[in-house]
Amino acid sequence: MTVGLVIVSHSPKIAEGVVELAEEMAEEVRVLAAGGTDDGEIGTSATRIADAIAAADSGDGVLVLVDLGSAVISTRMAIDELLEDELRGRVRISEGPVVEGAVIGAVQASTGSALDEVAKAAARAATLPKVKD
Amino acid sequence: MFSSEQAVDWVRRTAAVIGEHATELTKLDAAIGDGDHGTNMARGFRAVLERLDGLPEGANLGAVFKAVSMALIGKVGGASGPLYGSFYLAIGRELGDATEVEDGAFAAALRAGYDSVVARGKAQLEDKTMLDALHPALAALDAALADGKDLGAALDAAEAAAREGVAATIPLIARKGRASYLGERSRDHQDPGATSSHLILGVLADVVNGR
Repeated sequence: MTVGLVIVSHSPKIAEGVVELAEEMAEEVRVLAAGGTDDGEIGTSATRIADAIAAADSGDGVLVLVDLGSAVISTRMAIDELLEDELRGRVRISEGPVVEGAVIGAVQASTGSALDEVAKAAARAATLPKVKD
Repeated sequence: MFSSEQAVDWVRRTAAVIGEHATELTKLDAAIGDGDHGTNMARGFRAVLERLDGLPEGANLGAVFKAVSMALIGKVGGASGPLYGSFYLAIGRELGDATEVEDGAFAAALRAGYDSVVARGKAQLEDKTMLDALHPALAALDAALADGKDLGAALDAAEAAAREGVAATIPLIARKGRASYLGERSRDHQDPGATSSHLILGVLADVVNGR
């Protein structure tokens, strides 16, 4: 299997949209959405995030892409407080931007790279030039 | 002494007080944040009440506070969800399966809750956050207990210190959350997170003092 990805956004639609896009680019990679609160409101939920991480893991670890503010705090809480000890050690929060990081991370994961490599690839997306050659 | 019954009372009355102040909290948040702190907290505490209804009679302190935490982290939405969730979870972990603890043990649990908020949110004092109410409050609580005061008197001192801490957030520039994107323009506004922390501690002081 491959490293899995979880997309955390305040907006359920953003999270689902990014999953749709990443899956298109790398269909063999498990990419799961954890957007919004438990009621589907704008916000983040540590329990939703923890469930998605557990479901995205196939034994090779999970990279979590986050948007802003409480997305980071909820993800930290999910990892520190809600995951099984055994899983906690192979979960990383990405420095990368949600959309670009998810696409690049998923493609890297699809090559069978380890979590470290996938995390590095997604983080590089933060400095990727867009309009400059 | 602090008991499970008092814990349940604290949380239930907090839900009511947060509900009463929801509009005020949201108004404070609308000035510098995303204008949802009151609604979010009220929604979270409504979920807390449902969880408490599902607890068995005579549940221990650990179970009560864990239930509060789990409701808040899934329903609040903003940063206050995982932050207050961490606060209550650490308190519950510290108190474990006891149904009644000594004053000092309860104060230590509140301190553990505070430490957990710091670890999770990575804010500093004077970043214009809930820490600016909680930090002086816990310092006053510990000082009063060390002075030989009982838990009720110590919590009154904590509440007063939190109130001053809230007022002291007004001139601060926010360095965390959405308000920090405003820079200088976040000045001259009272921080909503510090305000809700003060409300929560005020209810605790009332419960312990039998008011």
